[in-house]
Parts: sequence; structure tokens; C-alpha cells
Amino acid sequence: MFESIANVFRLIGSRVVNTIWRLGYASRFFCTMLLLSGASFRRIHLTLREIYFSGVLSLIIVLVSGLFIGMVLGLQGYDTLQRFGSADALGVLVALSLVRELGPVVAGLLFASRAGSAITAEIGLMKATEQIAAMDMMAVNPIARIVAPRFWGGVISMPLLAAMFSAMGVFGGYLVGVVLIGLDAGTFWSQMQSSVDFQRDILNGVIKSFVFGIAVSLIAVFEGYDSDATAEGVSRATTRTVVTSSLVVLGLDFILTSFMFRG
Amino acid sequence: MNRTTIDMWVGIFVAIGIGSLLFLAMKVGNLSSAKLAQPYVLKADFDNIGGLKVRAPVKTSGVVVGRVETITLDKQNYQAVVTMKIDNHYSFPRDTFATINTSGLLGEQYVGFDPGGDTENLKPGDTIKKTQSAVVLEKLISQFMFSKAADSSTPPSAK
Repeated sequence: MFESIANVFRLIGSRVVNTIWRLGYASRFFCTMLLLSGASFRRIHLTLREIYFSGVLSLIIVLVSGLFIGMVLGLQGYDTLQRFGSADALGVLVALSLVRELGPVVAGLLFASRAGSAITAEIGLMKATEQIAAMDMMAVNPIARIVAPRFWGGVISMPLLAAMFSAMGVFGGYLVGVVLIGLDAGTFWSQMQSSVDFQRDILNGVIKSFVFGIAVSLIAVFEGYDSDATAEGVSRATTRTVVTSSLVVLGLDFILTSFMFRG
Repeated sequence: MNRTTIDMWVGIFVAIGIGSLLFLAMKVGNLSSAKLAQPYVLKADFDNIGGLKVRAPVKTSGVVVGRVETITLDKQNYQAVVTMKIDNHYSFPRDTFATINTSGLLGEQYVGFDPGGDTENLKPGDTIKKTQSAVVLEKLISQFMFSKAADSSTPPSAK
């Protein structure tokens, strides 16, 4: 009886200690990567290749889901707004919810599951097949050669993907609101333009997506680099990447929103 | 996949991304019309600003001529001090009347300027003397109810 209770406390204690240890290791890893980024920028084609893999190949999923989310916002928003006789504000509703929240957040979640998991699996497999150890032997720093380009590729891709998501969503809302339902196109755009502020809404959305890009890419490369060098370890690291980065994106979104849009 | 094709795809990707940002800035946002050219500051004291918000428009005859910059409370006489930035293309006579209006029944509130006939214009930093507070719907309704009650106590033929 006493033994099992003690075991519970031991388990909780080891989990907490382990989490803090990993957090410290991740911070050190992040600093090392930033220091070594200069070396990887000198060979820019490595980063370009990663932008291709994490950004260009995520284009289709981001554009299509942006279009559909915008269309759903248009339908649902119209349904609610027309009860209050303010269906003209549909453009404002679609644009503000996309630019402020849905664009960065949903693009961040999609990016984590589409590109983040791939990065983790790739780095984890490199570790499992001892390619990283081999690079170390050849005096090639694996953090500069493998990790930093993937990180920067993600950081550069993410704000662009979020902007495309928002633009596509606004277009989807336009399709439903103006083409399908038949609201006036001029009112749709002019109401939108008078309510959406460049600095307050669009720039803050871009900052949000940039922060999410840093968080998701860091989690992805760290989980890959830190994974156990086995098939099971790689699969667990990939799962952890998706779970942790989704939670971090949603949590960070709350913190950033409370800073940006208060009052 | 050799390197040049990747470069091209990345180029297309970045171009679409920047294009979307431009689209958001120009078409969705109001970057093209937001900036007031060298605005000047006017103040107005109101008894009650209702639901007026910072960044609400200032309109004359329905045309936006400026924006509300700050709203503070005067500690001496408990009046709301509304500071506005006005486009320097427009100047207003000294007896301009500032009112707080509502666009539509449930719309946003804005400051309306009714220019008077004074030959001298308001200078930057001046305070508008003649103001009219926001209409508070509850007060209006209660006034209406009381007058209705007063009406119904007298016989209808007296009207």
C-alpha cells in the first residue's frame, strides 16, 4: 500500500524532472542552432531545398483548406448575421476571423501535421541509421548541416502559408457570400476594408504566424534530433511533435491574442 | 529533382506568399486609405460619449475627415475629453458643433462635425466648445414612457 503510493509520487517526480531536463536541453539546442545558422545560410541552397519540402509541398493542403474554411465561415456567418439584419457585415466577419485567428492557427496546425511530422521522422531516421553520427565523424556539424536549414525553412514558409490561407479564405467567403448568396460585392469589400486595419489586424496576424513557425519548427527538429534511435523511438517522436506543437500553437495563440487585441 | 527546378518552385511559392500579403494589405485591409496626411489635433468635451471607441471615424456630412485618437476623463469637471486627429486638408470654423451619432440603429458610433458660420477657423490643439452627447437609448425610452403615461392620464379629446 505504502509502496504503491510512493511509486505514484516517484513517477510524478521523475516526469517533472524529465520534462524540465528536456526543456533545458531544448533551450541549449535552440541557442546552438542559432549560433550555427550563419554557417548554414552560407549554403543557402540547403535552406531553399527545405522551403521546397515544407512550404511548397504544403501549398495544396493549405490553399484547399483555406478555401473551404472561408466558405464555411461565409455560410455560417450569413446564417447568423441575417437574423440581425446585418448580412452586409459578412465580409468583416470572414476577414477578421481569418486574418486574426484562423489563418495563423489553422495554418500552424496543418503545418505541424504536414511538415513538422515529416521533419521529425526524417531527422529521427537519420539518427536511427547513424547518418548523424557519421557526419560528426567527418567533422561536419549535423546541427549546421541538417537541423538549421530545416528550422529556417519552416520559419520562412509558415508566415507565407498563413497569408495564403487567409487570402484564400477571404476568397472562399467572397464566393459564398457574393456569388452564391448574392450579397452586394461593393458592400462586401468596402465594409471589410473599413474595419480591417493593416497594423492592428494583418500585421499582428503575420507576427502570430511567424511565432508559430518558430515554435513548430523548433519542436519538429528538436524531437527528431532527440528521438531514440529505434523504429519505435522515431514513431513516438513523430507523434510527440504533432501533439506538442498543436498544443503549443493553441496556447501561444491565447497568449499572443491577449497581448495584441486587448482593449 | 535537380536544384534549378527546386529554386523555381521556391520562387513561385514565395511570390504567391508575398502576393497574398499584398492582397490582404490592399484589398482586405485599408492600407491604401488609412493614413491621414499630416493630421492635426482637435479636442472636444462631452457630457456622455455613450459607446464611442478609440479609432472611431470623425465625419462631416458623412465624409470621414479624421479619427478619434484618445478618450480620457477630465478629473475637474468629470467630462469626457475626446482627442481627434483631423486631416489637414480640412479646417473647421470656431463655432463647429460636435455631436456623437450612431450609424444605423445598432451601428458603430462616430463623431459628427456640423460647421458653423464663424470666419475664424479652429487652430490645432483647440477645444470644440459646442458639443452634444451621445443619445442613450434607455434615457430616450424612459422619457418616451413617461410622456406616454402623462398623455394617457389626460382624455384623448384634449389633444
